[in-house]
Amino acid sequence: MFDQYLARRYRTTTRPRKEDYLVRDNAAIVGIGATEFSRDSGRSEIQMACEAIKAAVEDAGLRMEDIDGMVRFAMDFTDEMHLISALGIPELSYFAECGYGGGASCATVMHAAAAVVTGMANYVVCYRTMNERSGRRYGHTPGVGFVKTTPSDHFGYIMPFGLTSAPIWVAMFATRYMYEYGVRPEQLGWVSVVFREHACRNPKAMFYGRPITLQDYLNSRMIVEPLRLYDCCVDTDGAVALIVTTAERAKDLKQRPAYILGATQGTATEGETMTSYYRPRITIIPESWYTAQELWRVTGVRPEDVDVVQFYDAFTCLVPMQLEEYGFCEPGEGSAFCEGGDRIRIGGELPCNTSGGHLSEAYIHGMNLIAEAVRQIRGTSTAQVPDVELSLVTGGLGVPTSAILLRK
Amino acid sequence: MEYNPAFPLLRPYTDFDNRGFWEGIKRHALVFQRCKHCGLFVHRPRPMCPRCLSTEKEWVPSEGKGKIYSYVTVHYEKTGYPGIKVPYSVVVVEMLEGVRIIANVEGIEPEELRIGMPVEVTFEDIAEDLTLPRVKKREVGSP
Repeated sequence: MFDQYLARRYRTTTRPRKEDYLVRDNAAIVGIGATEFSRDSGRSEIQMACEAIKAAVEDAGLRMEDIDGMVRFAMDFTDEMHLISALGIPELSYFAECGYGGGASCATVMHAAAAVVTGMANYVVCYRTMNERSGRRYGHTPGVGFVKTTPSDHFGYIMPFGLTSAPIWVAMFATRYMYEYGVRPEQLGWVSVVFREHACRNPKAMFYGRPITLQDYLNSRMIVEPLRLYDCCVDTDGAVALIVTTAERAKDLKQRPAYILGATQGTATEGETMTSYYRPRITIIPESWYTAQELWRVTGVRPEDVDVVQFYDAFTCLVPMQLEEYGFCEPGEGSAFCEGGDRIRIGGELPCNTSGGHLSEAYIHGMNLIAEAVRQIRGTSTAQVPDVELSLVTGGLGVPTSAILLRK
Repeated sequence: MEYNPAFPLLRPYTDFDNRGFWEGIKRHALVFQRCKHCGLFVHRPRPMCPRCLSTEKEWVPSEGKGKIYSYVTVHYEKTGYPGIKVPYSVVVVEMLEGVRIIANVEGIEPEELRIGMPVEVTFEDIAEDLTLPRVKKREVGSP
């Protein structure tokens, strides 16, 4: 039908010149901050945002009044206007928001980097705050009763059929993916087991001290077939903030800078938010593939050069799918790559989600993954990979997405 | 499917571009948007043909036959919609016209579901203002 997807045509002829990509090496993440991750924060989302931003400012060795830019998630319930009044920031010269749920995570850094390298701001905060466990849980169907009609055309084709929450939306991809490539549940289970191992080295992780075995995974209850409980990430209350500035300013700050080699966004035709079931194939994720192609294009890096990855792991099946879309594996080989766990755990050829990821550290919509990627560059992770030069993070997928590649 | 009347099923949002589809469902006719200029079928409906950029389009009745392309079965009630008793299944069906639709199933147990299973569309009148497409098993033989 739409032959352009089948050919996966990449528009190399119309892309900007690599030399014109100004972000490369000219911006850095210089501060990271977070609240604790919990099931019930006991305070407002805006207070948690303030605490995380304060921690990030202190981490960078800045003063709060140095902050002159902010990038938020479109899905966040807080905004820069109210935040600066609580934080004592006099003015902002740059503010922006990024759409599409977790697809915004690395995009916030991309926009912040663009702002600092073009001279629109000096120090830009990127943040996400959510009482996602004690408040509105993404793993559950949202409060109903007050809405009678779906809010858009898109939702009209899914909600009336009970296709009403993220686990169900992703499970539809998983069924087809497992069918086409003969994926066995235990292959996905290894993703869950290994990331839990990593969380057990991270005292801040929600599942610190609670290892699981493959048998625990297989015994965990079905949430939405084919996804079990341990295929799903951990609903979390918490906030994470990052500070982005120019490479030049980064040299004078407190921490070793995590230089931004590349930051890219991507969306692709015939997409929907998490229900792009109408494409000729749904075992590929065109947004992630395109974001990756752009990242490799602007950085000149190849997948095999990457030392450590934080994949957006809201569900286990998304990890093998991204291994394929980012070029670490051939199509259909991602689940075999994960099987047994040796290749994706610390000490393996591609250590993944070293803080425990969304599956076992916390689910802060991708932002805790970026903080961990920065720690890997600094050498301060609780599951540190030796001699990290290149640290990759991916944004939420199945939606317009984003990625960043950091270097030492 | 068993429903909990305390949580009515959400009604589809209708607008200028999709009204023909939902009006068709209401009268038990599955219709798809087809470009009058180049003949491309699309679903979901949209304002312009992505192949030839024509805005001339028409609603064409579907044969109502297809095969299951993917499926899920919701087991955990909080993940599912509270107005539908778990377990319930949702399927994506690839129609003979080359487009896909989302539907629930009628008379197919979760453990019977298979990718490639031939199905045909039927309709369930759930309320005065709500009719939804369902699919049931189709005897193969006829295409």
